Amino acid sequence: MRVTRRQFVKGGVAAFTVTFAAPEFLSDLARAQGAGARNLVVLYLSGGNDSLSMLIPYNDPFYTSRRPTLAVPAANVLQVGTDSSRVALGLHPRLTGLRQIFDGGRLAFVQRTGYPNQSRSHFQGADIWSTADPNNSSGLGWIGRYLDSLPSSLDPLVGWNTTSSLPHVLQSAHTAVPAIASTSGYGYQSPNSGNAAEAGAERNTAIRISSHLPAAQPQLSFVYGSAASALATLDRVAMVNSYTPSTTYPNTGLGLALRAVAGAMVKNIGTRVFYVTTGGFDNHSQQNVNGANGAYYGLMATLNDALLAFYNDLNSHGLFGDTLLVSFSEFGRRITENGSFGTDHGAASAMIVMGGRVNGGLYGTAPNLNTDPKNPTLENEAGDVTFETDFRSVYARVADGWLGTDSVRLLGGDFRKTSLNFI
Amino acid sequence: MAGLASNRQIEHLLRRAGFGARPDELDSYTQNYRDIVDALVNYEDTPDVVDTWIGKPGYVNVTTTGVFSPQTNIVHARQRWLFRMIHGDRPLQEKMTLFWHNHFATGYTKIAGAVGSVEGAQYMVAKSSENTARVRGQLEMLRDNALGNFRDILLNIARDTAMLFWLDGRTNTRNSPQENFAREIMELFTVGVGHYTESDVYAGARVFTGWNIQRTGTNGVAHYEFVYLPNNHETNAKTFSFPIYADGNRTIPARSASNGMQDGLDLIDALAAHPNTGRYLATKLYRFFVREFGDVDQEFVNNIANTYYRNGYEMGPVVRAVLLSPQFRDEASMFTRYSWPVEFVVRSIKDIGWRGFSVNDALTPMANMGQTLYEPPDVSGWDAGQTWFATGAMLSRMNFAASLATNQKFNLATAAKPYGSSPDSLLAYFLDQLVTAPLETTVIAELSAYLRATGPWIGSDAQLQAKSSGLVHLIASLPEYQLV
Repeated sequence: MRVTRRQFVKGGVAAFTVTFAAPEFLSDLARAQGAGARNLVVLYLSGGNDSLSMLIPYNDPFYTSRRPTLAVPAANVLQVGTDSSRVALGLHPRLTGLRQIFDGGRLAFVQRTGYPNQSRSHFQGADIWSTADPNNSSGLGWIGRYLDSLPSSLDPLVGWNTTSSLPHVLQSAHTAVPAIASTSGYGYQSPNSGNAAEAGAERNTAIRISSHLPAAQPQLSFVYGSAASALATLDRVAMVNSYTPSTTYPNTGLGLALRAVAGAMVKNIGTRVFYVTTGGFDNHSQQNVNGANGAYYGLMATLNDALLAFYNDLNSHGLFGDTLLVSFSEFGRRITENGSFGTDHGAASAMIVMGGRVNGGLYGTAPNLNTDPKNPTLENEAGDVTFETDFRSVYARVADGWLGTDSVRLLGGDFRKTSLNFI
Repeated sequence: MAGLASNRQIEHLLRRAGFGARPDELDSYTQNYRDIVDALVNYEDTPDVVDTWIGKPGYVNVTTTGVFSPQTNIVHARQRWLFRMIHGDRPLQEKMTLFWHNHFATGYTKIAGAVGSVEGAQYMVAKSSENTARVRGQLEMLRDNALGNFRDILLNIARDTAMLFWLDGRTNTRNSPQENFAREIMELFTVGVGHYTESDVYAGARVFTGWNIQRTGTNGVAHYEFVYLPNNHETNAKTFSFPIYADGNRTIPARSASNGMQDGLDLIDALAAHPNTGRYLATKLYRFFVREFGDVDQEFVNNIANTYYRNGYEMGPVVRAVLLSPQFRDEASMFTRYSWPVEFVVRSIKDIGWRGFSVNDALTPMANMGQTLYEPPDVSGWDAGQTWFATGAMLSRMNFAASLATNQKFNLATAAKPYGSSPDSLLAYFLDQLVTAPLETTVIAELSAYLRATGPWIGSDAQLQAKSSGLVHLIASLPEYQLV
């Protein structure tokens, strides 16, 4: 039975110990491994990405027959070669920037990622990908647990969530990761703003109050921790406001979020883990993959333009090598299109990995879209793509190969897979 | 009968069954506790006139460019709902409407994307009495049924124009059933995950084929409304993993297309009657009204679920039983919920003041706190709980308190003047005006120190204005004020 997030709230919140150390630990760790820093950007594609329209097995004889209106004509895909099962693959025609990064060897796709008995529920699915635990999707987030495993006295600004509420991925027992949707509104206001002494006294009082943690009341402590984190990070976040990127970012939610992420990296305010999201992938109807004004076409445009700007910006600051971006989505979609020219909830899909130290390419094998119910790459009477790589194996690689932590402990099991050497 | 309810009990009740208490509201409840609950539940006995006060002196303002048109303009509609929450005399009706809005969470933007902003707003919020096409929006349907029969609410939701856009029911056809609505009516609206199977979802999609919308009315009043399209209906039998009929039969029989709408009625009856629906609703009501922290009280869930079935899915007796339950009345249940942004905003306006303030100025701060009315993040509603208190959202709460205190600076100082003889009498006065969860002495000492921080106490008008507004800002920013 699904445990809701509200039930999670009552269970898991430990009292916060909020002390603010200099945000050095990750750079120390990274320095020991020969890098300047190791930034992780987690990108959530919300709604269930139809990755068959993103990374397309365009020569599969069943591709067009099962998707008469959604299939991208073979002539239009951006070919990226063949995978280890010799299936020819192409990117969605709007992903020209991603193809450029792919050709430069810094973009990887991990095909058919998922887990056994994959949930088709948006909410349970997102919780499972966030906790990396299909059996108990109500616990702390996998990145939150990683933060908890670090030496104590964590600076809250070690993480930066670009949405306005706290995503499950970042829910942690000890670290109140700031949610900073917009840096410009991230300041402390006072009814006495014309009177510096009064306004200063108010702010000092607020800071002193928030440092008194009612440890016996964890739910209240959580709010104290948020208030303290906000007040302690205001001035550094304000530095990002003055960031002028080296390239123009698209004026989309994802573009602006990645602009802020780049700003935080360039201004070196200490943040190492970033969470960004872009939505709209739940295309049950009128998915329109091919039209320039189509829903899915627009999603690919948003994704492509924001990631390309981010790539160019980081490269020009020499920071791309310090950055790893990993995407996830709660599920892929049904292979056969439905009667409303969309796709319903499915199972496995492809993940995107990008970064200056990534070994780009195609990992895993594409599904065979043959409708034979015994087709081993499909499930649900050949309706959905079945997983080949457990998503926790991708997380394990990120944990071991980038974050420098022990994936077996972090994920509660050994999901390491040597062939997944994208980093 | 017990004696008169204490202010503490009434405030707890009104924080949960309403949005806090204006001073005049508190004074109006002078009965014993049970009678107050009955007055809240039997809100039909109280005239519904709050909308006629909009724009009149003495109330919070609304801000519009052009005519105030809450039936066709979603920003105006958001202001009207906040106005109702602040000034309405049927607090429980508004609170349950919010509960249902979160339960059947539907977002305006997707509807407006399909039909434009004017019609999109209509299908979400129009009052039929005000609308030229007599459209009743989803939220008005929920308000009309705030304590209505759950089975009727489900049926209305399945036929609701906004819902047929939101979960794509209008594209669910015989040739290719579309599962969005069928999944969510089971997962989120009735039985919950773990009590249905994937094949139930596929069968449910087939059940609702043909439940659609059609364009009707002529120029000026043209609009979409529900229609059953027999030609779109899939007529084969549909079998579920749970009983559909009282005799335990799990199969909806094959029916002719013209009679096929009965499939959906049968499934809705079955979902309302399903043994987990009462428990699912009771659990949600527990988290919404009683306690967000700690385990869900299973005795409460059993009692409320039984009340639900015993009263034929009528929500009035169910919610009455919630508010009269020992779990709700337990002193230990006070301040055990994180307030939603809308609850924080309305309560702070009630506590701090509204004269000269426009609810329009609360809309952007609320969005930054994580809640935009008529725009839940997805069909599962707002995540609530801890997620309201990410740092940026907490900062937005602090900054909303600052802007409200700035706006009310003069009024606050005037009201506080009789208590201005010393810092501590001022502090006592404001801690009485803005009720919080119990404060530790260290917090009270910091607030007191703030009042003494910038110079000796002289009690001048200028000092009272600065310190009253600053203090109100600090109190409304306290974590203890975020709990309800």
